[in-house]
Amino acid sequence: MTRRSGPFRLPQGGLIDRARTISFRFDGRTYTGHPGDSLASALLANGVQTIARSFKFHRPRAIFSCGNEEPNGLIQLDHSDRTTLCARAPLIELHEGLEAHSQEGWPSVRFDVTRVLDFVAPLWGAGFYNKTFIWPSWHAWEPLIRRMAGLGHAPCGEDPDRYDLHNLHADVLVVGGGRAGLNAALQAAREGVRVVLAEANPALGGHNASRQESGTGEVVAELARLPGVRILTRTTAVAAHDHNVVSLIEQLDSPRKTAPRERYWMVRTKHIVLATGAIEQPLIFANNDRPGIMLAGAAWQYLQRYGVAPARRVLIATNNDSAYAIAHDLAEAGVAVLAVLDTRADGAEHPRGSEQPAHTQWLPGRIPLDTSGFDALRSVTVGRLSRDALRVVSRQTFSCDGLLVSGGFAPALQLYSQCGGKLAYDDASGVLQPEGEVAAVEIVGSASRRVPVGPRVSPTGDTHRQWVDLAHDVTVADLELAVRENYRHVEHVKRYTTLGMAADQGKTSHAQALEIVGRLRNAPPRQLGHTTLRPPIVPVTLGAIAGRDIGERFAPKRRLPMHEWHASHGAIFHDFGGWQRPVVYIKSGESREQAALREARAVRTAAGLFDGSSLGKIEVEGPDALEFLDRFYINNLKTLQPGRARYGLMLRETGILFDDGTIVALAPNRLLITTTSGNAVRVYQWLEEWRQCEWPSLRLTITPVTEQWAVVSLAGSRARTVLAKLECDIDLAPAAFPHLNMREGTLLRLPARIYRVSFTGELTYEINVPADSGPKLWEALVDVGEKEGLQPIGLDTLMQLRLEKGFLHIGTDSDGTTVPDDVGWGKVAQTKQADYIGKRSLALAEHVRADRLQLVGMRALGEKPFVIGSHLRVQGSSSPTDGWITSAGIATLTHEPIALALLRSGRYHLGEDVNVFDDGALIGRARVVTPMFYDPTGERMRG
Amino acid sequence: MLRIACPYCGVRDEPEFIFGGPAHVTRPNAQVDDAAWTAYLFNRKNPAGTHLERWLHAYGCGRWFNVARDTRTHQILQTYVMGPPPPDPNDA
Repeated sequence: MTRRSGPFRLPQGGLIDRARTISFRFDGRTYTGHPGDSLASALLANGVQTIARSFKFHRPRAIFSCGNEEPNGLIQLDHSDRTTLCARAPLIELHEGLEAHSQEGWPSVRFDVTRVLDFVAPLWGAGFYNKTFIWPSWHAWEPLIRRMAGLGHAPCGEDPDRYDLHNLHADVLVVGGGRAGLNAALQAAREGVRVVLAEANPALGGHNASRQESGTGEVVAELARLPGVRILTRTTAVAAHDHNVVSLIEQLDSPRKTAPRERYWMVRTKHIVLATGAIEQPLIFANNDRPGIMLAGAAWQYLQRYGVAPARRVLIATNNDSAYAIAHDLAEAGVAVLAVLDTRADGAEHPRGSEQPAHTQWLPGRIPLDTSGFDALRSVTVGRLSRDALRVVSRQTFSCDGLLVSGGFAPALQLYSQCGGKLAYDDASGVLQPEGEVAAVEIVGSASRRVPVGPRVSPTGDTHRQWVDLAHDVTVADLELAVRENYRHVEHVKRYTTLGMAADQGKTSHAQALEIVGRLRNAPPRQLGHTTLRPPIVPVTLGAIAGRDIGERFAPKRRLPMHEWHASHGAIFHDFGGWQRPVVYIKSGESREQAALREARAVRTAAGLFDGSSLGKIEVEGPDALEFLDRFYINNLKTLQPGRARYGLMLRETGILFDDGTIVALAPNRLLITTTSGNAVRVYQWLEEWRQCEWPSLRLTITPVTEQWAVVSLAGSRARTVLAKLECDIDLAPAAFPHLNMREGTLLRLPARIYRVSFTGELTYEINVPADSGPKLWEALVDVGEKEGLQPIGLDTLMQLRLEKGFLHIGTDSDGTTVPDDVGWGKVAQTKQADYIGKRSLALAEHVRADRLQLVGMRALGEKPFVIGSHLRVQGSSSPTDGWITSAGIATLTHEPIALALLRSGRYHLGEDVNVFDDGALIGRARVVTPMFYDPTGERMRG
Repeated sequence: MLRIACPYCGVRDEPEFIFGGPAHVTRPNAQVDDAAWTAYLFNRKNPAGTHLERWLHAYGCGRWFNVARDTRTHQILQTYVMGPPPPDPNDA
């Protein structure tokens, strides 16, 4: 039983289940572990040391820590679509059949030829890409360098897993389920408030979980009995947002396929208790990155939680008191602890516990200087420090395969900082500590302790070989280079060297960098400030952030009332502001362009049927309804009679075109306006904003009815003939129902509002019936219209038809600078005496300039069709451009290319020929004409 | 993510709201000169401190209201209904 799960598994100890075994694979080889193991502990137990290669130099690397601060042990888990990259080995729960791979190293992680890069390390100094690999260009080298520096590969297929979002409200959120966190949760729960506790590990109890008399069990039991307590394990608090909103990510027990893979808990809480613990820090010396070098506290965790020995012969180097107990425990477990080095001169005076291991030397005033061992640690050179710790006075060497380092403890306070808490470098503990307080945020446990430390940086040695950030291979020499090249501010040092920018976010390098940069700049580290501790504090998958709002649920799809009919009759749908709208209806093998041309011909020669139900519709009712609406349009509405429809242009307060539509008076105090489909909601919100904020004393209500009415547009010279075939109580005779009128009545026994307004330029009846009845009306019209040549038409066709008439399409033929006069509505805008939104702005100097872009028509001099966006230049122009083509198409009956354009002083250039440019090349010439290509008097519309 | 107390509905999450710019911007009458009108259109105060602003509870009650928010800390000092003049900073 004792050696089955590896040569470094101790015969007893740990919280693992030794009675059962788990089989797992790493880099293709099978190993054995136990339930309760992490991937890191199982690999260490099996003596698998080198599991990664460093980022730049491809040096061999091994597990360094026992937590989310892990900078070396980044693993590729699983394969194909479920694969995860850069999974931190200490956090991966071992399960039967787990498949893991190292991420770098060719041909293998154990023997990596790319290590030659280490021999030319100076080529890869900070900012190297700005200095080397310049010829022939950086881009020639980049793919190669990226491949060599890659950290795993991302899955390419669709994610087969599910991720859920949950919302929680709490009175107290406790982050961290160690002893301090459990006690805080218990205290709050006893008061009867709602408590949420989040613990990143699968088990509660933290560092004390392995201690028999810790009392963890009792606390957990009582918490389970109290109401209003929710404990989430395997759950990390990744970010703190404004107003005490905290994001938690829960990893579910893999590989259950029926449950979500991760859960995102968004917690809104009144109080936050941070029991997040402290992150042990390393010491800085030459070749401090070899396999076999590990944080002392991590080695202790591997011993206590997993029954794993870090090595056979270890040296411990520390600058604080914590390592002594570790030395004692390791020796008791049978590990040979050669010596404990303490960088503090008076280290021998510090308490060492009542039992000192017999064969362990106690060496105060010593610091590691260098290590040897090509593949793994073989020896450590130790220096005796001078009294002032600035020089080394003597050296000695130890043969060992393990070096455990402890350079102090940095409280994990990223969340505190994100809550607005201030942190500052504390000289005594060598790390960032909180300054001041944050209301409703409390720090407890080891996160609240300041551990005083001695020296942590070796005073001698080649700084090119002294690592500060293991994850990004950043050395002390890189920091020296950054400061030398004047990247002195900590934010610049970070970005120039990439220190702290890897997945570990500098958890074991930030403090050391502040100390070293302070020394290089001859400034107290406290004065340097620190880089921002941004959320999330550990990598978060995009899956967890997206949750269920993916695929079909990414954005709601809105369907027209006659959608089913369109779908079964060859419609091609496009998404317009969420609405699925037919652009054309394809008949037997024709192209989209051919379909549009056929449909347009039908409208011009017979009749067409258009589903315009997405058109915005808003009813405004009340004694002040007319007065209110009149303030929004450039058109005078005060003379509008019931039954009459008027086309209206709406502006922003800056005078810029906003929307257009029709206004109809249903009754003296009841009006209905239409808007473009895309602005239906915007215009409604616009009206409400002015009503509530500016004119609250006006008496009216505003009701959007866009989705309540189906809109069936029947357009063409045969429109009246077709409509007359249906049962209708409205008199359709031209004298009784002229253009720009609206009639209410019944059609096919359905309540109907019929408008005579036209966007096609033909006789048009825009029929509104209750939305659910739309299909019935549509099918009835299709039926009776067939013999008359009636065809359904899509949006492509509608755009084509309105283009021939020069009808404005706001946003296409206008932009964020266009005012009414630019598009030919200047006179109307000026004539209206009453004030309206935007009116005052039309008098601003900018809006009355003679050289403004004005809407004109374009006729091609040749047969090539116009390209939208082509630039125009008038004869003798000295500007790079005088305007551009905004809309383009083919005249339905004559087939000649036509377009609309915005041209500087366009109306002045009517009749002239201009040059047309596309993509920098002259492609043709065109004549500037009035924007009207069909039925200039409009008699077809008004028939 | 802010948590905003709608005066009508109570505290809700930020995504329920739409930000509406500074509050208490008075629309001048049309007789003012171009400079004054342009100032009304575009010039806004940008304080590092208490900012009075409008919010719409778009995905809730649909009403506009006012908020006093500290632009440095995002702390919301007060929310109050649309209409009344700005609160006295000494009261907040």
